[in-house]
Amino acid sequence: MPTVIVDGHEIEIGADERLNCIEAARRAGVEIPHYCWHPGLSVVASCRMCLVETGTRDAATGKITMVPKLVPGCQTPARDGTVIVTDSKLVRDSRARVEEALLIDHPIDCSICDKAGECLLQDYHFQHGQPERRTDLNPFHSRRRDVGPTVTLFVDRCIMCTRCVRFTREVSGTAELMVANRGSKEEIDVFPGFPLDNKLSGNVVDLCPVGALGDKDFLYQQRVWFLKREANVCGGCSAGCSIHTEHNQDTVYRLKPRDNPHVNTWWMCDDGRYGWHHLHAPDRLLAPGRAVSASGEREPAEWHDVVTRLRAELEGSRLAVAISPMLTVEEAWMLCAVARSIDPRAALHLGHVPVRGEDERFPAGFTIRAEKCPNRRGVEAVLRLYEEELRGWDDLVRTVADGGVDAAWVTAGYPGPWIDDAGAAPFDRLRTLVVQDLFDSALGKRATWLLPAAGFAERAGTWVNVAHRAQTFDAAIRPPAGVWPEGRLYWNMLGRRGLYDPHAVRRQIAESSTTLAVLGGEIPPVGVDLRVEQLAGG
Amino acid sequence: MKPTDPAITWLEEKPLGLAERLYLPLFVQGLAITARHMVSRKVTVNYPEVRPTVGNPLIYRGVHRLNRDDAGRVKCVACFLCATACPAHCIDIVAAESPWPDREKYPESFAIDELRCIFCGMCEEACPVDAIELTSLLDLTGKSREEMVFDKEKLLSVYDMTKDAEPMKSKTLAAQGMATIGHGGGAGHGHATGGHA
Repeated sequence: MPTVIVDGHEIEIGADERLNCIEAARRAGVEIPHYCWHPGLSVVASCRMCLVETGTRDAATGKITMVPKLVPGCQTPARDGTVIVTDSKLVRDSRARVEEALLIDHPIDCSICDKAGECLLQDYHFQHGQPERRTDLNPFHSRRRDVGPTVTLFVDRCIMCTRCVRFTREVSGTAELMVANRGSKEEIDVFPGFPLDNKLSGNVVDLCPVGALGDKDFLYQQRVWFLKREANVCGGCSAGCSIHTEHNQDTVYRLKPRDNPHVNTWWMCDDGRYGWHHLHAPDRLLAPGRAVSASGEREPAEWHDVVTRLRAELEGSRLAVAISPMLTVEEAWMLCAVARSIDPRAALHLGHVPVRGEDERFPAGFTIRAEKCPNRRGVEAVLRLYEEELRGWDDLVRTVADGGVDAAWVTAGYPGPWIDDAGAAPFDRLRTLVVQDLFDSALGKRATWLLPAAGFAERAGTWVNVAHRAQTFDAAIRPPAGVWPEGRLYWNMLGRRGLYDPHAVRRQIAESSTTLAVLGGEIPPVGVDLRVEQLAGG
Repeated sequence: MKPTDPAITWLEEKPLGLAERLYLPLFVQGLAITARHMVSRKVTVNYPEVRPTVGNPLIYRGVHRLNRDDAGRVKCVACFLCATACPAHCIDIVAAESPWPDREKYPESFAIDELRCIFCGMCEEACPVDAIELTSLLDLTGKSREEMVFDKEKLLSVYDMTKDAEPMKSKTLAAQGMATIGHGGGAGHGHATGGHA
């Protein structure tokens, strides 16, 4: 195994791994500061913050020969016998000089900068800067211009790491951003008439190590140190990107991509990034309602009454159920169990699968899926445990139209409108219709019971993405007052005691199914591939 | 620390002597203190008939005010440092892009719950632009809880009310030749990030 020596500590790296000094040092627990380097982008070695001393150790004699000058850690491969020194006086002085030079031309408007608190310039200044200033620093007002519909550029805050420029060239492949002018007049800009307007543009804000690129959606909404983050999964499409939901006092403020080499690497799309506003929409359903007249008037009900009355009303009817691909695996499994306990012959269907356009694939491999729901694979896996044949939403509508059933339970929870009056018309003939949705809809108007649903950040459970990768997550925020997440309702309808516990349900599912057996164990933050686990498990 | 800890030195209370057991000498001692206070100079005043005098308005911690800049606009830049520093969580700010070309961010709303405030002065300490200050106004009354939540207009009006009697503290200190820390000047009003000290 190749051995790298970092600050005197020997660490082994994989024989076929291609690591640079920053990555190798990180394995040894040493963080080399860097601005311009990003694992997902090409190397330019322009910020000079990662300068380290390197050398090689002769395998035969053990003699170490050092390179006489500092080299960029990002650009220097760590091979067998590479020696990296990150804490010598030379390295520390070099970092302090870089910090000093960056600050000379910085507005230092940290008090109004949205990046303050998660800014690398701030952090490195305190970690690696020098204790005293040698120059007179005058805070000034940064020039600002919008570079696109979602991104704004504070020109003078930029430290010219060019991460954003490389991102638009290498990952999104749209190349809107460029470096204009030269030398100390260098600045980031867009080409005239070509604004930064692509589906991945929000990522440049995450990439920006300082506060130069700002997200207009988040601008001045909250200081970052107030935000708490929860590891979640994006519900925008079937790609199931790993995200952090950043929230404060049960309000989501922004979503950030979470590193997951198996799913989204470092990125997420703007559809997902800004796709949380429906959680706080004023027209969300906030209380369960029971229709009292044919004209669609509803009287509010208590959740604990819903648990008993729902079962009583559905008892004895021929039931069809649509299990939404927005539900988690646990919720889907419990809903199947609830339906079968009411009607042992209940017809279980996959709910409406919203599809919009075509899959969008970007040069670096990032793909936005046309299937705008996060858990179709998971719900299908659950349905296969209960049904011989997989039936979908169209089959359900046909069965309802044919009069094959007299009661239906439709779960939805889609962030936008999903059904029109014509689509909902066949449900008129039902005796009982239960609808669980985020918003009122044409179907909701026809519902006997209209129950509010939870949004994506308010759920806990497991979603299985398009590549059969199962990711578990906890709820980031509590649903609005009056809303029970679906899992809680089903848990109570199954007569289980205590609080809804997705872990317990997961263990139960794992016991009853070979395809989902892996869910019984600990799921790593990056998720597990159900197909691989199946093969391995035999 | 447990009672059995060897570091503890246990002392026995001395048995009462005759004077203590008689009680009378102590009684006289107590009365002497009372009598002394009856004739000494009073430190209290008959508030509200008599208003107490504030010793040094620079360090007195009374009702808050929001200072105005030279153009008469709210000086606050909505950096939330006061809200961050506030141990009572009584400051609620909603920030927005400022309507002025030379300023980037300003508080759309700024409210202090004066009932929740503990008048510790941390907000004043934290403010990088000397926008929030505690005045020497000490009588703070209201008829309802809502009335005691001071919004931006009210806090600015406190400034208008008190600015002549109490100029901005940064100005007073500058006039006294005491430098304020972290002010390079300029419209950006950045706070000092330089140095570890």
